[in-house]
Amino acid sequence: MNDVHVKDGVDSETVEAVKALSGTYKYGWNTEIEMEYAPKGLSEDIVRLISEKNNEPEWMLDWRLQAYKRWLELKEPNWAMVDYPSIDFQDQYYYARPKSMVEKPKSLDDVDPKLLETYKKLGIPLKEQALLAGVEAPDGERKVAVDAVFDSVSVGTTFQAELKKAGVIFCSFSEAVKDYPELVKKYLGTVVPVSDNYYATLNSAVFSDGSFIYIPKGVRCPMELSTYFRINAENTGQFERTLIIADEGSYVSYLEGCTAPKRDVAQLHAAVVELVLLDDAEIKYSTVQNWYPGDESGKGGIYNFVTKRADCRGDRSKVMWTQVETGSAVTWKYPSCVLRGNDSQGEFYSIAIANNMQQADTGTKMVHLGKNTKSRIVSKGISAGKAQNTYRGLVSMHPKAKNSRNFTQCDSLLIGDKCGAHTVPYIEVKNNSSRVEHEATTSKVDDDQLFYCRSRGMGEEDAVALVVNGFCKEVLQALPMEFAMEAQQLVAISLEGSVG
Amino acid sequence: MLEIKNLHVQLEEEDKKILKGVNLSLEAGKVHAIMGPNGSGKSTLSYVLSGKKGYEVTAGSAHLEGNDLLAMAPEERAAAGLFLAFQYPVEIPGVGNMTFLRSAVNSQQKLRGEPEMTAGDFLKAVRAKAQNLKIEPDMLKRPVNVGFSGGEKKRNEILQMAMLQPKMCILDETDSGLDVDAMKLVSQGVNALRDNKRTFLVITHYQRLLDHIKPDIVHIMAAGKIITSGGPELALEVEKNGYADLLEETA
Repeated sequence: MNDVHVKDGVDSETVEAVKALSGTYKYGWNTEIEMEYAPKGLSEDIVRLISEKNNEPEWMLDWRLQAYKRWLELKEPNWAMVDYPSIDFQDQYYYARPKSMVEKPKSLDDVDPKLLETYKKLGIPLKEQALLAGVEAPDGERKVAVDAVFDSVSVGTTFQAELKKAGVIFCSFSEAVKDYPELVKKYLGTVVPVSDNYYATLNSAVFSDGSFIYIPKGVRCPMELSTYFRINAENTGQFERTLIIADEGSYVSYLEGCTAPKRDVAQLHAAVVELVLLDDAEIKYSTVQNWYPGDESGKGGIYNFVTKRADCRGDRSKVMWTQVETGSAVTWKYPSCVLRGNDSQGEFYSIAIANNMQQADTGTKMVHLGKNTKSRIVSKGISAGKAQNTYRGLVSMHPKAKNSRNFTQCDSLLIGDKCGAHTVPYIEVKNNSSRVEHEATTSKVDDDQLFYCRSRGMGEEDAVALVVNGFCKEVLQALPMEFAMEAQQLVAISLEGSVG
Repeated sequence: MLEIKNLHVQLEEEDKKILKGVNLSLEAGKVHAIMGPNGSGKSTLSYVLSGKKGYEVTAGSAHLEGNDLLAMAPEERAAAGLFLAFQYPVEIPGVGNMTFLRSAVNSQQKLRGEPEMTAGDFLKAVRAKAQNLKIEPDMLKRPVNVGFSGGEKKRNEILQMAMLQPKMCILDETDSGLDVDAMKLVSQGVNALRDNKRTFLVITHYQRLLDHIKPDIVHIMAAGKIITSGGPELALEVEKNGYADLLEETA
């Protein structure tokens, strides 16, 4: 039970750390840097321009143009329980890159110091040396390779050489298109098809960069891989694309983080993430989403409209999504698992926090196609202020998915009496040997709990943080250690000012 | 230690007066007991002293070592040395008992501007005190009060008290829901904390708790007032004759 003690220590340190951090959104500052923009608005010419900026081959451009044509025929979805002014797709920029990135730097040492400084300030060191020194670090501290995406471009990727020795490819998406075209061609759009949905189609037309990962057969990736997304430019959308391929018997743990400056005007972030898992492969995909949530009155913030899907093509493959969604003005996101391979497994652990005027409509889809497939959903929704928080999830057992099982647990916590929590489960079972279980609860952080904590000496916000972290515990424990600490702090910070 | 003068309290939500001029003076190192029939305001007194929301003080004062208690936030009262052992300890799912204790100890030390206890010292202290109260290590890891038996909950309150080392301890019907053995254990825990500086206010319905925690002074409370005070023999009298006689005498 030693690990329990560690968690205990972490919990109380969190409360300490939270105390030390005053102010709400920590990452709201802006980097002053010379930028190069594509002309405002969206057209076929813009799609061509983005492709040209990335020096893409013809096939990639064709793919984009096909997506663009399809997008023009699609309508914006309106079934989610979110409400925001309609987006003027002609009134924003689709491409923005720092001028210093026009010539891609040869190595990390050549990256614009302003950009390096930005990531340092965000707590993301882009230096390998600093981390390599981790040999002397205490046990358990692991190396993390980072791909840093700034607005529309990848600034740099660390530990590439070391990873390559293990056969692992970790690079920006634009590099992958040039250096590994066969892999990209083989898998791109096979999990999330070009015409999947409005925002995925838009992304397919205008995506600018993102991360590409290939783990070869039988390889256990020697370190954590991560991407840090930073939106900096004003009035600019970020459209990144992530493709991870885990070949037979391989394993990788991947983390992503994201932040943006405080701006009065809402900004669009529409990403697509595709995971491919072959026989016996395993991917752990963790997200700490901390986009700018807008101010207390609902002004500004990021519209986070994201399509994430894992295709467990191989038998016995396993994917685990863990997400901590604390930021964004509006979230529309359903990381999903297609359990195609026999005995494949999908897990989804989620904490979604909506405070002030934030709106979150998030959940997952577990599509059971293969025999003996298993899925597990644990969703913790926390609403405070005037926020609306919806869990939306599909569990579908297809006719051939014999003896498959799903367990869903969906808990909502309300802080105050002006917020809302909604649970919208969709369950389809088309065979008679599968089992689906769904449990849902809604509770309030009650005054008695807060008074109990305060009567023992904890301040009001520490008390809320403690109670909420307790509520989220199962999900926090699913995160990699380093992230779990950050996530706990984030949970507390996101709820500042929610009581009193 | 604790001076309560002419304390008048009503419910915030409705115009219901509960305390109607309570006067109490508790000296350092003494054990005071308050007894009284249901609805006399005993628990309300403990809540108001520790700062629970929902009560309005319309007159009077309460000072802890000269500090105006009623002007402080609940956590400040705790840091100043006040502790309430709850009649119904609250459950906090997902928060380990140990985590909760450590947060409480650290928070108080921080509020007092004292250096924090190291993780090692803390663990040692908790284990030793838990053992005295026959609290299994497993109970320290379980979420706060979740699935605890009545006895475990009360022992847990006393463990918190032992860790926080308060100056002024209020025990609100700590004997309710306890069998004889559990009551003995809890009383031993309380008695172990008695010294010539620490003050106790023991609220109870029954004399039997006072067999184990021997009071210096007993007060009888009825209809929001202390109607009479005396030595331990007063509790015995109540046990024998009930409250009716006392109520009539003072009516």
